[in-house]
Amino acid sequence: MTQFDPGERLSIASLTDRVRRLAIGVTATAVHFLGDTAVFVGTEENAALVSQAGEISTVAIHGGGILCTTSDGKRIVTGGDDGKVVTLNAKGEVTVLATDAKRRWIDNVALHPDGAFAWSAAKTAFVRSGKGEEKTFDAPSTVGGLAFAPKGLRVAIAHYNGVTLWFPNMAAKPEFLEWAGSHLAVTFSPDNKFLVTAMHEPALHGWRLADNRHMRMSGYPGRVRSMSWSTGGKGLATSGADTVIIWPFTSKDGPMGKEPAMLAPLQARVSMVACHPKQDIMAAGYSDGTVLIIRLEDGAEILVRRNGSEAVSALAWNAKGTLLAFGTEDGDAGMLEF
Amino acid sequence: MSELSSQKIPVTVLTGYLGAGKTTLLNRILSENHGKKYAVIVNEFGEIGIDNDLIIGADEEVFEMNNGCVCCTVRGDLVRIMDGLMKRKGKFDAIIVETTGLADPAPVAQTFFVDEDVQKNARLDAVVTVADAKWLSDRLKDAPEAKNQIAFADVIVLNKTDLVSKPELAEVEARIRGINPYAKLHRTERCKVALADVLERGAFDLDRILEIEPEFLDAGDDHDHDHHHGHDHHHHDHGHSHGGLKHYHDEDMQSLSLRSDKPLDPTLFMPWLQNLVATEGQKILRSKGILAFTDDDDRYVFQGVHMMLEGDHQRKWKEGEPRESRVVFIGRELPEKAIREGFEACIVA
Repeated sequence: MTQFDPGERLSIASLTDRVRRLAIGVTATAVHFLGDTAVFVGTEENAALVSQAGEISTVAIHGGGILCTTSDGKRIVTGGDDGKVVTLNAKGEVTVLATDAKRRWIDNVALHPDGAFAWSAAKTAFVRSGKGEEKTFDAPSTVGGLAFAPKGLRVAIAHYNGVTLWFPNMAAKPEFLEWAGSHLAVTFSPDNKFLVTAMHEPALHGWRLADNRHMRMSGYPGRVRSMSWSTGGKGLATSGADTVIIWPFTSKDGPMGKEPAMLAPLQARVSMVACHPKQDIMAAGYSDGTVLIIRLEDGAEILVRRNGSEAVSALAWNAKGTLLAFGTEDGDAGMLEF
Repeated sequence: MSELSSQKIPVTVLTGYLGAGKTTLLNRILSENHGKKYAVIVNEFGEIGIDNDLIIGADEEVFEMNNGCVCCTVRGDLVRIMDGLMKRKGKFDAIIVETTGLADPAPVAQTFFVDEDVQKNARLDAVVTVADAKWLSDRLKDAPEAKNQIAFADVIVLNKTDLVSKPELAEVEARIRGINPYAKLHRTERCKVALADVLERGAFDLDRILEIEPEFLDAGDDHDHDHHHGHDHHHHDHGHSHGGLKHYHDEDMQSLSLRSDKPLDPTLFMPWLQNLVATEGQKILRSKGILAFTDDDDRYVFQGVHMMLEGDHQRKWKEGEPRESRVVFIGRELPEKAIREGFEACIVA
């Protein structure tokens, strides 16, 4: 397929007329579901909460740009250029969790299932346990990304020339996984066997944690800004190319020596990916505003939103997989119920 | 292209050796009543006396690109800051990046060439170097950073001119011109310079690489801006600095100008240029050119920073306009003979 034109490709199923358009009043940098409430986090200052019935309310969360956001399905944690780490719940209640003493930008946030959370400002990573204890770690360069391991209190800190694995509650020296270049977003595979970073150059780098064996995943035309593990951690879906790129992680070698699946090619760059929490399907947003649902098995596509706008900047399923929400860089947003 | 590039946020890189007066200029830019809002990326918080919520502290992290090219360095912190600033589009009109006194401007400039996301949103406007009239001559001898900053500049604010005598001023200007005859030079006291002379210069805009004549030959241009010096004095100085150019020709940092009245063969020139920057890119700090190719009615323009080049057809040659090719390199220990011969070989006989 060289060109995507829903008008001529009659075979493609479309759900566009079932999408509820939402006038959220913010330009979404991310969307998360807290239960069945979609929370669109704006690029600055506000978040918009949208109930399943479509009622919209706006809450102020930062006094400036919102630089990072994460959620565990129960609450959202964000960091801003106001130097604050803030949490928001489904009722719209906002609490400041931390304020940087030097009012530095909060570049990254991460949440642990047991209630601990982490953030970073410049080179320093902070972890606050569920009991309120705070620990810090100074990386050799600015922290590019943070992630909690699925088991135990272990934090991956991505930075220039590698990733540091830090155990905030242990005196042991942090483990350093070296690889030349600037590492940004970082993610553990759900089975805790692999660690993957999105680099500043258009490539992923990975380590098999059992033996720190390297995995290079390259060939992207653009930087990978969005990654999502498919259900059961079978694959890692990524943005950055004009197709969705899904690296296989089913074998003990991960994607080593294997080709990725390349699904849903368009004449636009994939900007956001979100795998369904329960089934082998995913949603993908593109730089031209298209949103598709894709079946991982055969790449069958369903159109959710037509092209013709700025890039899709926010995309998420609710935990049950019954609601899909999206937002675009020009402020449009929508929700689809199954 | 122009329309697109005008939507991009202009970025001014403000550099200069320690104590030259960068912060004075920055404070001037921020406090003057120009109706514009600047986001400012500084390396030292607290020196700026102006209240502005868009002052961001930077760490000057120089990262090598993973492409095996040692001079392809970018400012990692700048990539991150630009990402964050883009969330606040519409809240500011332009960005100023202040470097430390010891910084090489190249990684900053290269960040705007190499990073796709940065390039999408912002464009490098100019490298502005503040120089201390009293101490620059000494620093050019003992501080390679100071030399880099002069060589890299599009605009040089020669500050503290009230602290030197006329002959001293003539000497320091001649030393600057020995390294970089192409930058716009403004003599100032306490960085008193019209903001229009340092901001919105479009020095990296391919559409505006119109004149790459050495600036000191262009006597007509900066009269209007130069409030502190009389006309006569100005012209008088020119004579001196011109004469001084050879005298003070820097031993290692220099500029090299090539020209041809006859058209160039693009199938020879482009590979030659690419190979030249690939092999000598570490030595070449800046390059610019306006080219007349055989059987081509369009002017071709290019510019480069170290190994990075960008070029495009710019516009039709005007009727009666001499179709002359001109290329300028500024760099360190440039292999002049080889470059001249390589260029000559691209001329269609």
